[in-house]
Amino acid sequence: MNARQAILDKLQQSSLKRIGDGDVIPDRPGFQVMQRERKSNAQLSQQFENMMAKVKGEVIRVPQEELESRLNAIIEAKAIKTLLLSPESPYKASFSGLLDEVRIYDKAIESWKEALFNDIDAAITSTLGGIAETGTLVLWPSVSEPRLMSLVPPIHIAILYESQMQPTFWHFMHHHNWSEGMPTNALLISGPSKTADIEQTLAYGVHGPKELVIVLVEE
Amino acid sequence: MSTTTGSFQQRSDVAIQDKKLRANFLSAMDGLMEKRDLAFDDKTQLEALRILGAQVRQNALVKLPELLVELETKLTQRGVQVHWAQTPDEAVDIIQSITLKEKAQKIIKGKSMVSEEIHLNDKMEQVGVTCLESDLGEYIVQLAKETPSHIVMPAIHKNTAEIADLLHEKTGIERKEDALYMTEQARQQLRKNFMEADIGLSGVNFAVAETGTLCLVENEGNGRLTTTVPKTHIAIMGIEKVVEKLEDTAPLLSLLTRSATGQPITTYFNMISGPRKENELDGPETVHLVLLDHGRTQMYQDDELLDTLRCIRCAACMNHCPVYTRIGGHAYGFTYPGPIGKILMPHLEGLDDTQSLPTASSLCGACAEVCPVKIPIPDLLVRLREEANHPNPQDSYIKGAGIKRHGMEPVLWSMWRWWHQRGTRYHIMTSMLTKLHFLQPSKLAPWTNKRTLPKMAKKSFHQQMKARTDRLKKGALR
Repeated sequence: MNARQAILDKLQQSSLKRIGDGDVIPDRPGFQVMQRERKSNAQLSQQFENMMAKVKGEVIRVPQEELESRLNAIIEAKAIKTLLLSPESPYKASFSGLLDEVRIYDKAIESWKEALFNDIDAAITSTLGGIAETGTLVLWPSVSEPRLMSLVPPIHIAILYESQMQPTFWHFMHHHNWSEGMPTNALLISGPSKTADIEQTLAYGVHGPKELVIVLVEE
Repeated sequence: MSTTTGSFQQRSDVAIQDKKLRANFLSAMDGLMEKRDLAFDDKTQLEALRILGAQVRQNALVKLPELLVELETKLTQRGVQVHWAQTPDEAVDIIQSITLKEKAQKIIKGKSMVSEEIHLNDKMEQVGVTCLESDLGEYIVQLAKETPSHIVMPAIHKNTAEIADLLHEKTGIERKEDALYMTEQARQQLRKNFMEADIGLSGVNFAVAETGTLCLVENEGNGRLTTTVPKTHIAIMGIEKVVEKLEDTAPLLSLLTRSATGQPITTYFNMISGPRKENELDGPETVHLVLLDHGRTQMYQDDELLDTLRCIRCAACMNHCPVYTRIGGHAYGFTYPGPIGKILMPHLEGLDDTQSLPTASSLCGACAEVCPVKIPIPDLLVRLREEANHPNPQDSYIKGAGIKRHGMEPVLWSMWRWWHQRGTRYHIMTSMLTKLHFLQPSKLAPWTNKRTLPKMAKKSFHQQMKARTDRLKKGALR
């Protein structure tokens, strides 16, 4: 507690103009610069798709009624053999013909870490929505969709509903009232993992997924 | 603590003659400047966003003690253990005791400049705990037994061929000058370590007081693995990194990634608000946050120096600095190089050890022009130069103030001032100097080591002008 008190005392005792004069503490800054022109969902999802393409995110547009069959087609095209699903996934039964194995993420990571890192080809997760301006997926991992699903398998397939698109991160957090409370982990994901640490040469698939497939569901 | 030997002058002299190093930095900085410029295509919007960025940071700093307490309260409610450290040694002690308690042997690290600041890797090695860097650039730098030369791109001083040599020699992979091949090999080498590490250690880009959230900005996914897979996560941050509201992160994130690498956003923005909850299946069981002072409360002592603490560590100032581009990051000899290092390190290490840094600038102002939070870096450099020459160091709260004030210099300057105070004195001085021009020494080291000494005119400017006016009056010139 000593270090804490010493630091807080030094901050409180500073001769900054703030001290002893509550009026000097400014109100919140204005965020007008974050405002955007109103756009339709179709325009936003087009912008999202363009931005995602720039960072090698693969966007596949799918009508709601074809979702299951198109997921099957993706699994086949990518030659996925072992797929990781949430225990609440509605597709548990539907892919079995194509796959060697469907793994369900239903036990704590400690008991199957090796298998997660070594044996899984791909995972399917839901998303909370998308951000058009930066081409970004928003994920709130949960008990049924743990954090590592979108991180460890080499292919991450994310299902995004066109209706869940917001212009910017700022709009997104306000729309969903995030300041009321955050989950243990929330994520913005914009493309497969990448690095440019070797002489600024862009290389995809460094520590996270090598491929990011976004199934954009049109309703 | 200086990271290399010799003086700044000696180190920069060596660096500036290293053709390969200069070529590596020149091409890298040119690339980064262009990418930033393209990312901010609308300059009006950029200016408005910079103003907001500066206001958001300033607002957080003005409320800093209250926000730190709020952050601590929120994080504690969410199950995060918060620790406070005044010095690097205290921070190291905290981390060592967590390691001891967890009986940890191996720490996997995400990129953290504060951990560099406290020389964590060496200090942990001393108690038998291995720290492994997992950011690719940091991994390369660690294998080379070096320190980062840039705060965003740690291995920017090396070209592909040098990295191919290094990875071949240190890890036994085939020597291929192929960034994709080397990246894939590094992925394979580090994957096992993410699984085995007992502790993951990371930095923090923004800490949100409102929600108790630690935000990490990264592209590789190593930061997410570091903070998710091991059973303990330790985050370390300078006390200035806190912001008031969650919405404050939106403009800062947009400014940070575009200023740093020209990306509209990085691949991952990771928001952590606590350890794994009871029925969750992954994530760390324990999360610690270490809050470090290390000279930051010194910067908090007046309104001018306070601006230093607005920094969001984007590195745009070094990317645009003509000095940094020519000498690279290691020549500075301290954790943070470039313009931000020159205004930060004197507070962290004292002006006595860092007296060359504030003068290693032409005050061209490029850094202030690109700074996303509008830190007036040249003004702060001038302020630190004044502090280094402070006549009454006991009146300054800056460690090492007055260090450069010695010998004849103050006497000479007061004579200079006296000669300039009256027109008559000034004319006497200039006419004496011009009459005695033949006494001018031919060498004025170190000034003349690299430059030709200008010759004193035989007649002063005033004398020449007077003569010209006289000639004009006589009609000699038409």
